[in-house]
Amino acid sequence: MNKPTILVIDDEVQIRKLLQITLENSEYNVLLAATAKDGLVAAANHKPDLILLDLGLPDKSGQEVLKVLREWFAQPVIILSVQSGEDDIVLALDNGANDYLVKPYRTGELLARIRSLIRRSVPGESSPVITVGQITIDLVLRVVKKDCEVLKLTATEYSLLALFAKNEGRVLTHHYLLREVWGESYVAQSQYLRVFIAQLRKKIENDPNRPAIIVTESRIGYRFKGNE
Amino acid sequence: MNTISTYRQCLYSLLIVGVVAVVCYGVSAYIGYHVIAFILLLAVSLIAVLFDILPVLLSAFVSALVWDFFFIPPHFTFQVKSGEDAIFLMIYFVVAITGAILTYKIRKVEKTVREKEEKVNTIRLYNTLLNSLSHELRTPIATIIAATDNLQHSNAGLTDASKQELVDEIAKASFRLNEQVDNLLNMSRLESGIIQPRNDWCDINELVYDVVRRIEENKVQQQIIINIAPDIPLAKIDKGMLEQVLFNLLSNATIYVPDGGNIVVSASCERDILKLVVEDNGSGFPAEEIDKVFDKFYRLKNANAGGTGLGLSIVRGFTEALGGIVSLQNVPAGGARFTIELPVELSYIKNIKNE
Repeated sequence: MNKPTILVIDDEVQIRKLLQITLENSEYNVLLAATAKDGLVAAANHKPDLILLDLGLPDKSGQEVLKVLREWFAQPVIILSVQSGEDDIVLALDNGANDYLVKPYRTGELLARIRSLIRRSVPGESSPVITVGQITIDLVLRVVKKDCEVLKLTATEYSLLALFAKNEGRVLTHHYLLREVWGESYVAQSQYLRVFIAQLRKKIENDPNRPAIIVTESRIGYRFKGNE
Repeated sequence: MNTISTYRQCLYSLLIVGVVAVVCYGVSAYIGYHVIAFILLLAVSLIAVLFDILPVLLSAFVSALVWDFFFIPPHFTFQVKSGEDAIFLMIYFVVAITGAILTYKIRKVEKTVREKEEKVNTIRLYNTLLNSLSHELRTPIATIIAATDNLQHSNAGLTDASKQELVDEIAKASFRLNEQVDNLLNMSRLESGIIQPRNDWCDINELVYDVVRRIEENKVQQQIIINIAPDIPLAKIDKGMLEQVLFNLLSNATIYVPDGGNIVVSASCERDILKLVVEDNGSGFPAEEIDKVFDKFYRLKNANAGGTGLGLSIVRGFTEALGGIVSLQNVPAGGARFTIELPVELSYIKNIKNE
């Protein structure tokens, strides 16, 4: 099987170097670009399986690159940024990024997220039955099981979990979750989201206080971790 | 006196002169008008002690006119009949003005002295900052450089175990450096005054467990115990700032509480107050230093290496930016107890069963 190709768009030579070593050691083909322009050209020419994109590029903001990319590039994009302000991150996610990591990030965490996103985006591998740890979610039968035992979920709990399961590895913002599950008029009612996430965790997580399936991205949203 | 506007000071000065003049007028039948001049001069001196130059000059001028008009015969005219009275009026005026000018000069000297003192304090603070910063930033940098030098140049002589140790040291030093940079950035955010809490509904349970998990990622030598009421309501608060407050309190405790000690984090809500308590069974704080630990760059007298004296001042800065208060007490059984109390909006919609 061909090695997946990852395009790194980052203007810092040290970061590029380090990512190249890390990714090549994890059996990925690596393409490097130092500017937005080179990055977009490389993306168009080589059709990478995933892009690691820095937000602070010299010739164009990463947000702009993301918008241009999303007109024709469907594969996952992970944002790498030194900006930890939630506004930038939420904007990047709204612009179509699948995930984000703030520098300094942990290498293990980066590789886990890359694996998770690449696996989901391989055609034919997205099945209507998703298994994470002891949890099985059947999107066709609308049944959720824990250790083969059917869980009693309310309609809203199920919609929330199904939305997460369909977006494995992807960070879903508070705003997005509220709009998709409750509707446009509820986007400011974040207390509903908090309550339902807590309820859902009590049912699906082994330790609801130390969640392993639906993890919190503080101030941004939540991420369905899936199998990494 | 800079707190009262000059306009008000003038108004008060005129009022004082007026009141004194009225009182003097009432008793003018019993005392000579020369004595009254001294009483008025006394009022002007009082004004000179209290106020700035402009109101003092004004009261000197007005009181001279008042004395002339109401008290020097003939009354109710500005005429001065005898040469003696004319000299007296002139002296009165000169004395009053001299008083005003002297006051002005004293104020100026006071101001310069104060500014000099402030400058000395700033320099002292700046030196403390530079000392602790250069130490705090250079120590991890020195570790990283020395360790990488070893790995780069004496590769043949190093056992695998020592290589691993060097790598571990680099990792530890990098985290320390990162934490210090975070503290500096947070401090400059606080200093700039642009910090504005962005409140949103927050699951306190989730927040506490999340921060404790982050602290525990760095091989903590103490046991952290979490104690939260299961029915704690949602609180509307700036989550990022509260996370930083708790992170710094816990990070501080992991530095100062001896290995094997306990750190207990509790959270509770009473009426509209969210209370977070971080309590340990370490050795507590020296009583005379308790009030100072939240000051910027303050470090305990017997503190061992580590810490810039920024962590707890950021705790106070963020807590106050959230409208709350932080306090520190020693626990009678030994150890320290930090208490954060924050006014918050609470939501008790914890269970929405039929949706």
